[in-house]
Amino acid sequence: MTNQDKQIIEEAKKQWEENSLNPVLKKFPERKKVFVTGSNTEVNRLYDPLDLTDLNYLDDLNFPGEYPYTRGVQPTMYRGRLWTMRQYAGFGDAEESNKRYKYLLKNGQTGLSIAFDLPTQIGYDSDHPMAYGEVGKVGVAIDSLEDMEVLFAGIPLDQVSTSMTINAPAAILLAMYIAIAEKQGIPASQLNGTIQNDILKEYIARGTYIFPPLPSMRLITDIFDYCSKELPKWNTISISGYHIREAGATAIQEIAFTLANGIAYVAAAAKQGLDIDTFAPRLSFFFNAHNDLFEEVAKFRAARRIWAKIMKERFGAKDPRSTMLRFHTQTAGCTLTAQQPDNNIVRVAIQALAAVLGGTQSLHTNSRDEALSLPSQQSVRIALRTQQVIAYESGVAETVDPMAGSYYLESLTKIIEQEAMNYITKIDQLGGSPKAIEHGFIQREIQNSAYQYQKDIEEKRRIIVGVNQFQSEEEPMKDLLKVNPKIEKRQTERLNKLKKNRNELKVQENLKLLTKMANSEQNIMPAILDCVKSYATLGEICDQLRAVFGEYKESLKI
Amino acid sequence: MKNSRIRVLVAKPGLDGHDRGAKVIARALRDAGMEVIYTGLRQTPEQIAETAIQEDVNVIGLSILSGAHMHLFPKILKLLAERDASDILVIAGGIFPREDIVELKKIGIKEIFTPGTDTNEIVKFIRANVNLP
Repeated sequence: MTNQDKQIIEEAKKQWEENSLNPVLKKFPERKKVFVTGSNTEVNRLYDPLDLTDLNYLDDLNFPGEYPYTRGVQPTMYRGRLWTMRQYAGFGDAEESNKRYKYLLKNGQTGLSIAFDLPTQIGYDSDHPMAYGEVGKVGVAIDSLEDMEVLFAGIPLDQVSTSMTINAPAAILLAMYIAIAEKQGIPASQLNGTIQNDILKEYIARGTYIFPPLPSMRLITDIFDYCSKELPKWNTISISGYHIREAGATAIQEIAFTLANGIAYVAAAAKQGLDIDTFAPRLSFFFNAHNDLFEEVAKFRAARRIWAKIMKERFGAKDPRSTMLRFHTQTAGCTLTAQQPDNNIVRVAIQALAAVLGGTQSLHTNSRDEALSLPSQQSVRIALRTQQVIAYESGVAETVDPMAGSYYLESLTKIIEQEAMNYITKIDQLGGSPKAIEHGFIQREIQNSAYQYQKDIEEKRRIIVGVNQFQSEEEPMKDLLKVNPKIEKRQTERLNKLKKNRNELKVQENLKLLTKMANSEQNIMPAILDCVKSYATLGEICDQLRAVFGEYKESLKI
Repeated sequence: MKNSRIRVLVAKPGLDGHDRGAKVIARALRDAGMEVIYTGLRQTPEQIAETAIQEDVNVIGLSILSGAHMHLFPKILKLLAERDASDILVIAGGIFPREDIVELKKIGIKEIFTPGTDTNEIVKFIRANVNLP
């Protein structure tokens, strides 16, 4: 914009304020004194070209597929291929979950996303005392390779991409996946998928850690290294803001803390001597799509821009793929209400729209009944259909980054970038994200935001339809999913039988070798692969590692 | 009675890591003038009963979202009864199917708060139902 153009607009704006705006404000005051986004960032009455005078198209936005990827990581985005519709699912035992996956694939889902039960995520077999009452509850129970064989029975692994929400024992589940592929005659190099493998956000927000930070980071680095050679198409980590947001963070905090964790992983791998461009192209991210449509779209775009700059400027990445932030999105579970659950369908639709307008690579839409129980099959179908309506009917997938250039959106994108960078600088000053977690800085910031959010609702500064306004009497929701209570017994019996039938000598030999490798500086993946192939259980493998690495204890401050 | 502060143990039984609710409640109760102890994650029924007795609390607030409540809550109540601590007011929060709520109230969980509850409501409930010495 030339200075002359700017002056003309400024003049016109002044006129508008005097002649049109002020008389209206006098007669009809606005609904509130201050308007804010979902994350309490102040929102102006109006955005116009004057807000974007600093914006440099080629530096700040550029064309899609071009650095800094604000407008997306591919030149054609959804005109080329729609995002992957990927519903997170899993419950009960491997057999039941296998049925749900086949149902989802039959209904047009394009990728699998495996939910594991908590004992699996924390490295306990189903017969461990800590597993009592938890087997098969929030995901599928996997004790050994045998369970994985059942889980993927009849699903050719070269034709799906599989995302596994597994962190502390990620190396073990990945090894199992490689082993079943081998049995299906598919080489590891053809496998497509993702392991979450993001331990830092477990300490911050999600809670399924096992080992202390240092050995955990070593496991992650070993996976980066192993996959760069053996599984070139595999996403070795999904650096997750989702759970950080669910724990109460704002949009700005979500991307700031997630990208700070990303920096820590890249730095750890570089310190081990890995070349940035061998592993960085396989890093992926996972974000939350919350209620505030524009703020969320801006958040995704800002995250891409920040990450590109960090990878190029800070880490000297040369391969453009190392600087592209590719991400999965899930709609915000914490926004689902137990009251009037059908309203959640609408919330999810708006959140999913934000993810698509923000250029997500894959998407999970939550089901309306998830504030009440695990989702029923019917609710899952509506959630998947919501994505399909956006993809095929709304028109938003027909052009790339359709909201770009919006005065409001671009202003928000810039503010979010700046504020997130302030946090990242602060975390750098504390010595990086692992140190900031150790100090409790990140956890405290999130807790403060969570408390503020709750108070805003209770004091009605924030309205939640059906919860603190527009309440109505309602019938309890029917047909909620109940996990079969016999699962625990069935799973334990299966485990006992396995232990009787396997080659025990081989198992013990492999476990011993694992301990040796854990104590060495060599890559631990081959030893884990040998263990799982001989049907050593997840619990047995984790116990060996616990003995070498120790266990993490959270430090508590509330 | 008015002079003694209400002591509350906010506890997370089970393996799930969803502690947003527990932490928000802990803070709200503290802001309401109660003394609050938070256990942290992955507490066994034995650990919760032990801490409650050691810390001499008047109230236990159990927070769980993993679905293991029908296994873990009865165990906690049984352990408290065995140790003559049934006067402790036990309440819970999280995601519970309706029929489980009925069942849990029968065995001695005094109230169950589900998503969307105002923290002031919990404060009020505790004040009205706590047994102070």
